[in-house]
Amino acid sequence: MHPLLHTVLAIGVVLGATLTACAYLIWLERRLAAWIQDRMGPNRVGKFGLLQPMADGLKFLLKEDVVPAHVDKALYFLAPSISMFTTFLAFSVVPFGPSSGNPKEEFQWVIAPRLDIGILFLFAAGSLAVYGVILGGWASNNKYSMLGALRSSAQVISYEIPLGLSLMGVILLTGSLNLEQVINHQTTSGLLGWHVWFQPLACLIFFMSALAESNRLPFDLPECEQELVGGYHTEYSAMKFAMFFLAEYTHVITVSFLVAILFFGGWHFPWIAEQASAYPGATFVKVLVLLVKVFGLILFIMLIRWTIPRYRYDQLMSLVWHGLIPLAAVNLVCVVVVKQFALSEAWLLPASLAMFVGAAIVSAQAAKRRVSRLLRRPAAVQAGG
Amino acid sequence: MPIQEHEIHWVEEPEIGFWEASVLPGIATGLRTTLRHLFREPSVTQEYPEVKPDLPANYRGVHRLNRDDQGRVKCVACFLCATACPANCIEIVAAEAPWPDRDKYPEKFVIDELRCIYCGMCEEACPVDAIELTSIYDLTGQSREGMLFDREKLLSVYDETVNSGKDPVRTRSGELGPASTLMEQKE
Repeated sequence: MHPLLHTVLAIGVVLGATLTACAYLIWLERRLAAWIQDRMGPNRVGKFGLLQPMADGLKFLLKEDVVPAHVDKALYFLAPSISMFTTFLAFSVVPFGPSSGNPKEEFQWVIAPRLDIGILFLFAAGSLAVYGVILGGWASNNKYSMLGALRSSAQVISYEIPLGLSLMGVILLTGSLNLEQVINHQTTSGLLGWHVWFQPLACLIFFMSALAESNRLPFDLPECEQELVGGYHTEYSAMKFAMFFLAEYTHVITVSFLVAILFFGGWHFPWIAEQASAYPGATFVKVLVLLVKVFGLILFIMLIRWTIPRYRYDQLMSLVWHGLIPLAAVNLVCVVVVKQFALSEAWLLPASLAMFVGAAIVSAQAAKRRVSRLLRRPAAVQAGG
Repeated sequence: MPIQEHEIHWVEEPEIGFWEASVLPGIATGLRTTLRHLFREPSVTQEYPEVKPDLPANYRGVHRLNRDDQGRVKCVACFLCATACPANCIEIVAAEAPWPDRDKYPEKFVIDELRCIYCGMCEEACPVDAIELTSIYDLTGQSREGMLFDREKLLSVYDETVNSGKDPVRTRSGELGPASTLMEQKE
Protein backbone atom coordinates (compact mmCIF):
# COMPACT_ATOMS: atom_id res chain seq x y z
CA MET A 1 0.00 0.00 0.00
CA HIS A 2 1.07 3.53 -0.69
CA PRO A 3 2.17 5.29 2.51
CA LEU A 4 -0.13 8.20 1.75
CA LEU A 5 -3.07 5.82 1.77
CA HIS A 6 -1.94 4.61 5.19
CA THR A 7 -1.96 8.13 6.50
CA VAL A 8 -5.37 8.94 5.05
CA LEU A 9 -6.74 5.71 6.47
CA ALA A 10 -5.25 6.43 9.89
CA ILE A 11 -6.65 9.97 9.88
CA GLY A 12 -10.08 8.65 8.98
CA VAL A 13 -9.99 6.00 11.67
CA VAL A 14 -8.73 8.39 14.33
CA LEU A 15 -11.19 11.15 13.47
CA GLY A 16 -14.17 8.81 13.29
CA ALA A 17 -13.24 6.84 16.38
CA THR A 18 -12.50 9.95 18.42
CA LEU A 19 -15.70 11.71 17.53
CA THR A 20 -17.80 8.61 18.23
CA ALA A 21 -15.89 8.05 21.44
CA CYS A 22 -16.53 11.67 22.40
CA ALA A 23 -20.25 11.31 21.83
CA TYR A 24 -20.43 8.17 23.93
CA LEU A 25 -18.12 9.54 26.61
CA ILE A 26 -20.52 12.45 27.00
CA TRP A 27 -23.33 9.93 27.41
CA LEU A 28 -21.23 7.96 29.90
CA GLU A 29 -20.29 11.06 31.83
CA ARG A 30 -23.94 12.07 32.09
CA ARG A 31 -24.92 8.63 33.33
CA LEU A 32 -22.01 8.53 35.77
CA ALA A 33 -22.81 12.00 37.03
CA ALA A 34 -26.39 10.92 37.54
CA TRP A 35 -25.44 7.74 39.40
CA ILE A 36 -23.02 9.62 41.61
CA GLN A 37 -25.80 12.09 42.42
CA ASP A 38 -28.29 9.23 42.99
CA ARG A 39 -30.19 10.00 39.80
CA MET A 40 -30.84 7.98 36.62
CA GLY A 41 -29.31 10.04 33.82
CA PRO A 42 -30.38 9.93 30.18
CA ASN A 43 -32.10 6.56 29.74
CA ARG A 44 -35.01 7.32 27.40
CA VAL A 45 -33.57 7.38 23.90
CA GLY A 46 -32.89 3.78 23.04
CA LYS A 47 -31.88 1.02 25.42
CA PHE A 48 -30.13 2.58 28.45
CA GLY A 49 -30.25 5.89 26.57
CA LEU A 50 -27.61 4.61 24.16
CA LEU A 51 -29.06 6.62 21.29
CA GLN A 52 -28.85 9.83 23.30
CA PRO A 53 -25.66 10.97 21.50
CA MET A 54 -27.51 10.69 18.17
CA ALA A 55 -30.37 12.74 19.52
CA ASP A 56 -27.94 15.30 20.89
CA GLY A 57 -26.05 15.46 17.61
CA LEU A 58 -29.25 15.90 15.63
CA LYS A 59 -30.38 18.59 17.99
CA PHE A 60 -27.11 20.46 17.60
CA LEU A 61 -27.27 20.20 13.82
CA LEU A 62 -30.88 21.27 13.47
CA LYS A 63 -30.90 24.03 16.07
CA GLU A 64 -31.02 27.62 15.00
CA ASP A 65 -27.50 28.92 14.78
CA VAL A 66 -27.79 32.24 16.56
CA VAL A 67 -25.09 34.78 15.74
CA PRO A 68 -25.38 37.80 18.04
CA ALA A 69 -25.51 41.20 16.35
CA HIS A 70 -22.30 42.72 17.66
CA VAL A 71 -19.82 39.91 17.28
CA ASP A 72 -16.64 40.05 15.28
CA LYS A 73 -17.90 37.71 12.57
CA ALA A 74 -14.63 36.35 11.25
CA LEU A 75 -13.10 35.59 14.65
CA TYR A 76 -16.43 34.36 15.97
CA PHE A 77 -16.57 31.68 13.31
CA LEU A 78 -12.85 30.97 13.52
CA ALA A 79 -12.71 30.29 17.27
CA PRO A 80 -14.54 26.95 17.48
CA SER A 81 -12.72 25.73 14.39
CA ILE A 82 -9.37 26.52 15.99
CA SER A 83 -10.41 24.69 19.14
CA MET A 84 -11.37 21.59 17.16
CA PHE A 85 -8.41 21.82 14.82
CA THR A 86 -5.72 22.08 17.47
CA THR A 87 -7.03 19.24 19.60
CA PHE A 88 -7.23 16.97 16.59
CA LEU A 89 -3.82 18.12 15.41
CA ALA A 90 -2.38 16.89 18.68
CA PHE A 91 -3.76 13.45 17.89
CA SER A 92 -1.57 13.08 14.84
CA VAL A 93 1.48 12.05 16.86
CA VAL A 94 -0.27 9.96 19.52
CA PRO A 95 0.40 6.27 18.90
CA PHE A 96 -2.76 4.32 19.58
CA GLY A 97 -1.13 0.95 19.19
CA PRO A 98 2.25 -0.75 19.02
CA SER A 99 4.41 1.03 16.53
CA SER A 100 7.80 -0.53 16.00
CA GLY A 101 9.27 2.42 14.15
CA ASN A 102 10.22 0.05 11.35
CA PRO A 103 9.35 1.91 8.12
CA LYS A 104 8.76 -1.38 6.28
CA GLU A 105 5.90 -2.39 8.53
CA GLU A 106 2.41 -2.31 7.05
CA PHE A 107 0.30 -0.31 9.44
CA GLN A 108 1.89 2.05 11.92
CA TRP A 109 -0.92 2.71 14.43
CA VAL A 110 -0.13 6.39 14.41
CA ILE A 111 -0.91 9.08 11.87
CA ALA A 112 2.58 10.54 11.78
CA PRO A 113 4.95 7.68 12.61
CA ARG A 114 8.57 8.16 13.64
CA LEU A 115 8.11 11.85 14.36
CA ASP A 116 11.18 12.62 16.45
CA ILE A 117 9.77 15.83 17.84
CA GLY A 118 6.52 14.14 18.89
CA ILE A 119 6.14 15.62 22.38
CA LEU A 120 7.33 19.02 21.22
CA PHE A 121 4.74 18.94 18.46
CA LEU A 122 2.07 18.00 21.00
CA PHE A 123 2.87 21.01 23.10
CA ALA A 124 3.05 23.28 20.09
CA ALA A 125 -0.38 22.14 18.92
CA GLY A 126 -1.79 22.02 22.42
CA SER A 127 -0.80 25.55 23.33
CA LEU A 128 -2.50 26.82 20.19
CA ALA A 129 -5.79 25.64 21.71
CA VAL A 130 -5.85 28.70 23.94
CA TYR A 131 -6.40 30.79 20.80
CA GLY A 132 -9.77 29.14 20.30
CA VAL A 133 -10.82 30.16 23.78
CA ILE A 134 -9.42 33.67 23.65
CA LEU A 135 -10.74 34.45 20.18
CA GLY A 136 -14.13 33.02 21.11
CA GLY A 137 -14.31 35.17 24.20
CA TRP A 138 -13.03 38.27 22.44
CA ALA A 139 -15.18 37.94 19.34
CA SER A 140 -18.36 37.39 21.34
CA ASN A 141 -18.31 41.00 22.54
CA ASN A 142 -19.71 39.90 25.86
CA LYS A 143 -18.18 40.69 29.22
CA TYR A 144 -18.68 37.19 30.62
CA SER A 145 -17.12 35.61 27.58
CA MET A 146 -14.24 38.03 27.81
CA LEU A 147 -13.69 37.36 31.51
CA GLY A 148 -13.80 33.63 30.87
CA ALA A 149 -11.32 33.97 28.05
CA LEU A 150 -8.99 36.12 30.15
CA ARG A 151 -9.05 33.64 32.99
CA SER A 152 -8.52 30.83 30.58
CA SER A 153 -5.54 32.43 28.91
CA ALA A 154 -3.82 33.04 32.24
CA GLN A 155 -4.68 29.55 33.44
CA VAL A 156 -3.67 27.68 30.32
CA ILE A 157 -0.43 29.58 29.89
CA SER A 158 0.49 29.06 33.55
CA TYR A 159 -0.27 25.35 33.52
CA GLU A 160 1.65 24.84 30.30
CA ILE A 161 4.85 25.32 32.31
CA PRO A 162 4.45 22.41 34.78
CA LEU A 163 2.95 20.37 31.95
CA GLY A 164 6.18 20.67 30.02
CA LEU A 165 8.54 20.65 33.00
CA SER A 166 7.08 17.47 34.45
CA LEU A 167 7.65 15.73 31.15
CA MET A 168 11.28 16.77 30.95
CA GLY A 169 12.17 14.04 33.43
CA VAL A 170 10.51 11.39 31.29
CA ILE A 171 12.21 12.76 28.20
CA LEU A 172 15.58 12.65 29.92
CA LEU A 173 14.99 9.06 31.06
CA THR A 174 13.97 8.02 27.56
CA GLY A 175 16.42 10.16 25.68
CA SER A 176 13.86 10.87 22.97
CA LEU A 177 10.92 13.13 22.23
CA ASN A 178 9.37 10.43 20.10
CA LEU A 179 6.27 8.99 21.78
CA GLU A 180 6.84 5.55 20.25
CA GLN A 181 10.35 5.57 21.71
CA VAL A 182 8.89 6.53 25.09
CA ILE A 183 6.67 3.45 25.02
CA ASN A 184 9.45 1.18 23.80
CA HIS A 185 11.70 2.41 26.58
CA GLN A 186 9.12 1.38 29.17
CA THR A 187 8.37 -2.02 27.68
CA THR A 188 11.91 -3.32 28.01
CA SER A 189 11.82 -4.05 31.74
CA GLY A 190 8.34 -5.32 32.53
CA LEU A 191 5.81 -3.79 34.85
CA LEU A 192 8.54 -2.11 36.88
CA GLY A 193 9.75 -0.33 33.77
CA TRP A 194 6.76 1.95 33.64
CA HIS A 195 7.73 5.55 34.12
CA VAL A 196 5.20 6.00 36.89
CA TRP A 197 7.59 4.15 39.25
CA PHE A 198 10.42 6.55 38.52
CA GLN A 199 8.36 9.71 38.09
CA PRO A 200 5.24 9.44 40.27
CA LEU A 201 5.42 13.09 41.18
CA ALA A 202 5.84 14.10 37.55
CA CYS A 203 2.85 11.90 36.71
CA LEU A 204 0.76 13.68 39.32
CA ILE A 205 1.88 17.12 38.17
CA PHE A 206 1.31 16.25 34.55
CA PHE A 207 -2.15 14.86 35.26
CA MET A 208 -3.19 17.92 37.26
CA SER A 209 -1.82 20.34 34.69
CA ALA A 210 -3.48 18.38 31.93
CA LEU A 211 -6.83 18.65 33.72
CA ALA A 212 -6.29 22.38 33.90
CA GLU A 213 -5.26 22.51 30.24
CA SER A 214 -8.42 20.74 29.13
CA ASN A 215 -10.58 23.00 31.33
CA ARG A 216 -11.95 20.11 33.32
CA LEU A 217 -13.15 20.33 36.89
CA PRO A 218 -11.70 21.19 39.36
CA PHE A 219 -10.02 23.67 37.02
CA ASP A 220 -12.93 24.66 34.77
CA LEU A 221 -12.73 28.35 35.59
CA PRO A 222 -13.02 29.58 31.98
CA GLU A 223 -16.60 28.41 31.91
CA CYS A 224 -17.74 28.24 35.51
CA GLU A 225 -21.48 28.67 35.28
CA GLN A 226 -22.00 30.23 38.68
CA GLU A 227 -19.73 33.16 37.97
CA LEU A 228 -19.55 33.63 34.23
CA VAL A 229 -22.88 32.40 32.79
CA GLY A 230 -21.21 30.08 30.30
CA GLY A 231 -17.72 31.50 30.10
CA TYR A 232 -16.09 31.94 26.75
CA HIS A 233 -18.83 30.08 24.89
CA THR A 234 -21.76 32.03 26.36
CA GLU A 235 -22.67 33.47 22.96
CA TYR A 236 -22.24 30.24 21.04
CA SER A 237 -25.12 27.99 20.13
CA ALA A 238 -25.91 24.94 18.03
CA MET A 239 -23.02 23.32 16.20
CA LYS A 240 -20.45 25.98 17.09
CA PHE A 241 -21.06 25.31 20.75
CA ALA A 242 -20.88 21.60 20.06
CA MET A 243 -17.49 22.11 18.45
CA PHE A 244 -16.15 23.75 21.61
CA PHE A 245 -17.63 20.94 23.62
CA LEU A 246 -16.21 18.22 21.40
CA ALA A 247 -12.83 19.93 21.44
CA GLU A 248 -12.87 19.84 25.22
CA TYR A 249 -13.72 16.16 25.22
CA THR A 250 -11.15 15.33 22.60
CA HIS A 251 -8.67 17.10 24.83
CA VAL A 252 -9.63 14.79 27.67
CA ILE A 253 -9.08 11.77 25.45
CA THR A 254 -5.71 13.12 24.27
CA VAL A 255 -4.64 13.79 27.83
CA SER A 256 -5.61 10.28 28.91
CA PHE A 257 -3.68 8.83 25.97
CA LEU A 258 -0.64 10.87 26.94
CA VAL A 259 -0.73 9.85 30.60
CA ALA A 260 -1.16 6.20 29.61
CA ILE A 261 1.67 6.40 27.07
CA LEU A 262 4.13 8.51 29.03
CA PHE A 263 3.71 7.06 32.50
CA PHE A 264 1.76 3.81 32.35
CA GLY A 265 3.66 1.93 29.69
CA GLY A 266 1.43 2.60 26.70
CA TRP A 267 0.29 -0.72 25.23
CA HIS A 268 2.50 -2.70 27.60
CA PHE A 269 1.08 -5.06 30.16
CA PRO A 270 3.00 -7.92 31.77
CA TRP A 271 2.50 -11.37 30.21
CA ILE A 272 -0.30 -10.49 27.79
CA ALA A 273 1.24 -7.55 25.92
CA GLU A 274 5.01 -7.63 26.08
CA GLN A 275 7.55 -6.34 23.63
CA ALA A 276 8.24 -9.92 22.57
CA SER A 277 4.72 -11.29 22.50
CA ALA A 278 4.08 -12.49 18.97
CA TYR A 279 1.05 -14.73 19.28
CA PRO A 280 -1.67 -14.19 16.65
CA GLY A 281 -3.67 -11.10 17.42
CA ALA A 282 -1.00 -9.75 19.75
CA THR A 283 -1.17 -6.39 18.04
CA PHE A 284 -4.86 -6.08 18.73
CA VAL A 285 -4.38 -7.12 22.34
CA LYS A 286 -1.81 -4.35 22.64
CA VAL A 287 -4.20 -1.80 21.17
CA LEU A 288 -6.87 -3.06 23.53
CA VAL A 289 -4.58 -2.78 26.55
CA LEU A 290 -3.79 0.81 25.66
CA LEU A 291 -7.46 1.62 25.13
CA VAL A 292 -8.40 0.04 28.47
CA LYS A 293 -5.77 2.14 30.22
CA VAL A 294 -7.04 5.25 28.48
CA PHE A 295 -10.62 4.41 29.37
CA GLY A 296 -9.66 3.90 32.99
CA LEU A 297 -8.01 7.31 33.08
CA ILE A 298 -11.03 8.95 31.48
CA LEU A 299 -13.26 7.32 34.10
CA PHE A 300 -10.93 8.62 36.79
CA ILE A 301 -11.15 12.13 35.34
CA MET A 302 -14.94 11.87 35.41
CA LEU A 303 -14.91 10.69 39.03
CA ILE A 304 -12.58 13.53 39.97
CA ARG A 305 -15.04 15.94 38.42
CA TRP A 306 -17.73 15.01 40.94
CA THR A 307 -15.31 14.73 43.85
CA ILE A 308 -13.37 17.97 44.07
CA PRO A 309 -15.02 21.38 44.06
CA ARG A 310 -13.72 24.08 41.75
CA TYR A 311 -10.65 26.03 42.82
CA ARG A 312 -10.97 29.71 43.50
CA TYR A 313 -9.04 31.69 40.91
CA ASP A 314 -6.25 32.84 43.22
CA GLN A 315 -5.94 29.31 44.63
CA LEU A 316 -5.66 28.01 41.10
CA MET A 317 -2.85 30.40 40.31
CA SER A 318 -1.09 29.87 43.63
CA LEU A 319 -1.29 26.10 43.15
CA VAL A 320 0.57 26.27 39.87
CA TRP A 321 3.10 29.01 40.68
CA HIS A 322 3.82 28.05 44.29
CA GLY A 323 3.25 24.33 44.00
CA LEU A 324 3.49 22.62 40.67
CA ILE A 325 6.19 24.65 38.92
CA PRO A 326 8.77 24.50 41.77
CA LEU A 327 8.01 20.81 42.30
CA ALA A 328 8.38 20.03 38.62
CA ALA A 329 11.66 21.96 38.52
CA VAL A 330 13.05 20.14 41.56
CA ASN A 331 11.93 16.85 40.06
CA LEU A 332 13.81 17.71 36.87
CA VAL A 333 16.93 18.48 38.91
CA CYS A 334 16.64 15.06 40.57
CA VAL A 335 16.50 13.33 37.21
CA VAL A 336 19.45 15.36 35.98
CA VAL A 337 21.47 14.41 39.05
CA VAL A 338 20.64 10.74 38.67
CA LYS A 339 21.55 10.84 34.99
CA GLN A 340 24.70 12.89 35.44
CA PHE A 341 26.20 10.76 38.20
CA ALA A 342 24.92 7.54 36.67
CA LEU A 343 23.05 6.60 39.83
CA SER A 344 20.42 3.87 39.82
CA GLU A 345 17.12 5.13 38.45
CA ALA A 346 15.42 3.41 41.40
CA TRP A 347 16.53 6.40 43.49
CA LEU A 348 13.92 8.50 41.72
CA LEU A 349 10.99 6.86 43.53
CA PRO A 350 12.11 7.74 47.09
CA ALA A 351 13.23 11.13 45.79
CA SER A 352 9.74 11.80 44.42
CA LEU A 353 8.13 10.74 47.68
CA ALA A 354 10.52 12.95 49.63
CA MET A 355 9.70 15.89 47.37
CA PHE A 356 5.98 15.31 47.86
CA VAL A 357 6.29 15.12 51.65
CA GLY A 358 8.53 18.17 51.64
CA ALA A 359 6.03 20.14 49.59
CA ALA A 360 3.24 19.15 51.98
CA ILE A 361 5.28 20.27 55.01
CA VAL A 362 6.15 23.57 53.36
CA SER A 363 2.56 24.27 52.36
CA ALA A 364 1.28 23.35 55.81
CA GLN A 365 3.70 25.87 57.31
CA ALA A 366 2.66 28.47 54.76
CA ALA A 367 -1.01 27.85 55.51
CA LYS A 368 -0.37 28.28 59.21
CA ARG A 369 1.32 31.63 58.62
CA ARG A 370 -1.45 32.76 56.30
CA VAL A 371 -4.20 31.82 58.73
CA SER A 372 -2.53 33.63 61.63
CA ARG A 373 -2.07 36.69 59.43
CA LEU A 374 -5.65 36.72 58.19
CA LEU A 375 -7.34 35.93 61.48
CA ARG A 376 -5.49 38.30 63.76
CA ARG A 377 -8.00 39.19 66.45
CA PRO A 378 -8.52 42.80 67.41
CA ALA A 379 -6.19 43.53 70.32
CA ALA A 380 -8.96 44.75 72.65
CA VAL A 381 -10.92 41.55 72.29
CA GLN A 382 -7.89 39.44 72.95
CA ALA A 383 -7.16 41.35 76.12
CA GLY A 384 -10.76 41.15 77.31
CA GLY A 385 -11.64 37.67 76.17
CA MET B 1 -28.03 47.46 72.96
CA PRO B 2 -24.81 46.95 71.06
CA ILE B 3 -23.23 43.54 70.92
CA GLN B 4 -21.06 42.99 73.97
CA GLU B 5 -17.60 41.64 73.62
CA HIS B 6 -18.37 38.58 75.70
CA GLU B 7 -21.17 37.74 73.29
CA ILE B 8 -18.81 37.44 70.37
CA HIS B 9 -17.79 33.88 69.63
CA TRP B 10 -14.62 33.79 67.59
CA VAL B 11 -14.43 30.87 65.22
CA GLU B 12 -10.92 29.91 64.27
CA GLU B 13 -10.19 28.53 60.85
CA PRO B 14 -9.22 24.91 61.43
CA GLU B 15 -5.50 24.52 61.27
CA ILE B 16 -4.17 22.98 58.10
CA GLY B 17 -1.80 20.24 59.12
CA PHE B 18 0.52 18.06 57.14
CA TRP B 19 -2.26 15.67 56.16
CA GLU B 20 -4.53 18.35 54.69
CA ALA B 21 -1.66 20.17 53.04
CA SER B 22 -0.64 17.07 51.14
CA VAL B 23 -4.07 17.19 49.43
CA LEU B 24 -4.09 13.61 48.18
CA PRO B 25 -5.61 11.99 51.32
CA GLY B 26 -8.45 14.48 51.06
CA ILE B 27 -9.00 13.58 47.44
CA ALA B 28 -9.00 9.89 48.33
CA THR B 29 -11.67 10.47 50.98
CA GLY B 30 -13.72 12.40 48.45
CA LEU B 31 -13.33 9.67 45.88
CA ARG B 32 -14.57 7.13 48.40
CA THR B 33 -17.73 9.16 48.88
CA THR B 34 -18.16 9.49 45.13
CA LEU B 35 -17.69 5.76 44.62
CA ARG B 36 -20.08 4.90 47.43
CA HIS B 37 -22.77 6.94 45.74
CA LEU B 38 -21.87 5.41 42.40
CA PHE B 39 -22.20 1.79 43.53
CA ARG B 40 -24.07 1.64 46.82
CA GLU B 41 -26.65 4.36 47.05
CA PRO B 42 -29.79 3.62 45.04
CA SER B 43 -31.29 6.17 42.72
CA VAL B 44 -34.03 8.32 44.18
CA THR B 45 -35.58 9.03 40.79
CA GLN B 46 -39.13 7.84 40.27
CA GLU B 47 -39.63 7.01 36.61
CA TYR B 48 -42.98 8.69 36.44
CA PRO B 49 -45.11 7.40 33.61
CA GLU B 50 -44.13 3.81 34.39
CA VAL B 51 -44.07 4.14 38.17
CA LYS B 52 -46.95 6.06 39.68
CA PRO B 53 -46.35 7.99 42.85
CA ASP B 54 -47.68 6.58 46.11
CA LEU B 55 -49.93 9.41 47.24
CA PRO B 56 -51.07 10.02 50.79
CA ALA B 57 -54.71 9.24 51.60
CA ASN B 58 -55.61 12.89 52.03
CA TYR B 59 -54.21 13.95 48.66
CA ARG B 60 -56.30 16.71 47.08
CA GLY B 61 -56.82 16.08 43.39
CA VAL B 62 -59.78 16.28 41.02
CA HIS B 63 -63.22 16.57 42.66
CA ARG B 64 -66.00 14.07 42.48
CA LEU B 65 -69.68 14.13 43.43
CA ASN B 66 -70.58 11.14 45.55
CA ARG B 67 -73.63 9.00 44.94
CA ASP B 68 -75.89 7.70 47.70
CA ASP B 69 -76.94 4.05 48.13
CA GLN B 70 -79.55 4.41 45.39
CA GLY B 71 -77.09 5.83 42.91
CA ARG B 72 -78.51 9.35 43.08
CA VAL B 73 -76.36 12.41 43.52
CA LYS B 74 -75.83 12.97 47.23
CA CYS B 75 -75.66 16.73 46.92
CA VAL B 76 -78.55 18.71 48.36
CA ALA B 77 -77.61 22.00 46.65
CA CYS B 78 -77.05 23.85 49.91
CA PHE B 79 -74.39 26.13 48.38
CA LEU B 80 -72.05 25.71 51.35
CA CYS B 81 -69.21 24.57 49.12
CA ALA B 82 -69.72 27.41 46.67
CA THR B 83 -69.72 29.83 49.61
CA ALA B 84 -66.61 28.34 51.15
CA CYS B 85 -64.74 28.23 47.86
CA PRO B 86 -61.98 30.87 47.95
CA ALA B 87 -61.52 30.66 44.19
CA ASN B 88 -65.17 30.99 43.31
CA CYS B 89 -65.00 28.06 40.96
CA ILE B 90 -68.21 26.23 41.91
CA GLU B 91 -71.43 27.12 40.14
CA ILE B 92 -74.65 25.49 41.39
CA VAL B 93 -78.19 25.86 40.11
CA ALA B 94 -80.60 24.32 42.59
CA ALA B 95 -83.96 22.81 41.73
CA GLU B 96 -86.79 21.07 43.51
CA ALA B 97 -85.67 17.54 44.28
CA PRO B 98 -87.63 14.79 42.46
CA TRP B 99 -87.11 12.57 45.49
CA PRO B 100 -89.05 12.75 48.76
CA ASP B 101 -86.05 12.61 51.15
CA ARG B 102 -84.72 16.10 50.40
CA ASP B 103 -85.77 19.55 49.38
CA LYS B 104 -83.36 20.45 46.66
CA TYR B 105 -80.89 18.87 44.35
CA PRO B 106 -78.37 20.41 41.99
CA GLU B 107 -79.83 20.78 38.53
CA LYS B 108 -76.51 22.16 37.45
CA PHE B 109 -73.24 21.67 39.30
CA VAL B 110 -70.12 22.94 37.52
CA ILE B 111 -66.58 23.13 38.89
CA ASP B 112 -64.02 25.05 36.90
CA GLU B 113 -61.04 22.76 37.38
CA LEU B 114 -58.68 25.39 35.98
CA ARG B 115 -59.79 27.98 38.46
CA CYS B 116 -59.81 25.63 41.44
CA ILE B 117 -56.85 25.88 43.79
CA TYR B 118 -57.44 22.40 45.25
CA CYS B 119 -57.63 23.66 48.82
CA GLY B 120 -60.27 21.15 49.89
CA MET B 121 -62.49 23.74 51.56
CA CYS B 122 -65.57 22.48 49.62
CA GLU B 123 -65.00 19.02 51.03
CA GLU B 124 -64.71 20.51 54.52
CA ALA B 125 -67.84 22.55 54.10
CA CYS B 126 -70.15 19.88 52.67
CA PRO B 127 -72.76 18.82 55.28
CA VAL B 128 -73.78 15.66 53.42
CA ASP B 129 -70.31 14.52 52.31
CA ALA B 130 -71.29 14.83 48.69
CA ILE B 131 -68.18 16.51 47.33
CA GLU B 132 -64.79 14.92 47.79
CA LEU B 133 -61.33 15.36 46.35
CA THR B 134 -59.78 12.31 44.76
CA SER B 135 -56.16 11.34 44.16
CA ILE B 136 -56.34 12.06 40.43
CA TYR B 137 -53.47 14.49 39.82
CA ASP B 138 -52.76 14.19 36.10
CA LEU B 139 -55.69 16.24 34.86
CA THR B 140 -55.47 17.44 31.29
CA GLY B 141 -57.87 18.91 28.78
CA GLN B 142 -58.04 20.12 25.21
CA SER B 143 -59.82 23.38 25.95
CA ARG B 144 -60.87 25.67 28.76
CA GLU B 145 -64.47 24.59 28.23
CA GLY B 146 -63.43 20.98 28.59
CA MET B 147 -62.09 21.74 32.03
CA LEU B 148 -65.51 22.88 33.26
CA PHE B 149 -66.66 19.69 34.98
CA ASP B 150 -70.43 19.42 35.17
CA ARG B 151 -72.57 17.22 37.39
CA GLU B 152 -72.45 14.14 35.16
CA LYS B 153 -68.70 14.43 34.69
CA LEU B 154 -68.18 14.75 38.45
CA LEU B 155 -70.43 11.74 39.05
CA SER B 156 -68.45 9.79 36.49
CA VAL B 157 -65.27 10.67 38.36
CA TYR B 158 -66.98 9.06 41.38
CA ASP B 159 -67.78 5.94 39.38
CA GLU B 160 -64.19 5.79 38.17
CA THR B 161 -62.49 6.25 41.48
CA VAL B 162 -64.77 4.74 44.11
CA ASN B 163 -63.60 1.19 43.50
CA SER B 164 -60.03 1.93 42.55
CA GLY B 165 -58.89 1.29 46.11
CA LYS B 166 -57.11 4.60 46.38
CA ASP B 167 -60.20 6.76 46.92
CA PRO B 168 -62.74 5.10 49.15
CA VAL B 169 -65.60 7.34 50.18
CA ARG B 170 -63.96 9.03 53.08
CA THR B 171 -67.14 9.36 55.13
CA ARG B 172 -70.18 7.10 55.65
CA SER B 173 -70.62 5.67 52.21
CA GLY B 174 -74.09 5.08 50.82
CA GLU B 175 -76.09 6.91 53.42
CA LEU B 176 -77.16 10.48 53.09
CA GLY B 177 -75.65 12.89 55.56
CA PRO B 178 -77.26 14.22 58.74
CA ALA B 179 -79.22 16.85 56.82
CA SER B 180 -81.42 14.22 55.18
CA THR B 181 -82.48 12.77 58.54
CA LEU B 182 -83.52 16.23 59.57
CA MET B 183 -85.75 16.28 56.46
CA GLU B 184 -87.34 12.95 57.36
CA GLN B 185 -88.11 14.12 60.88
CA LYS B 186 -89.78 17.19 59.47
CA GLU B 187 -92.04 15.09 57.29
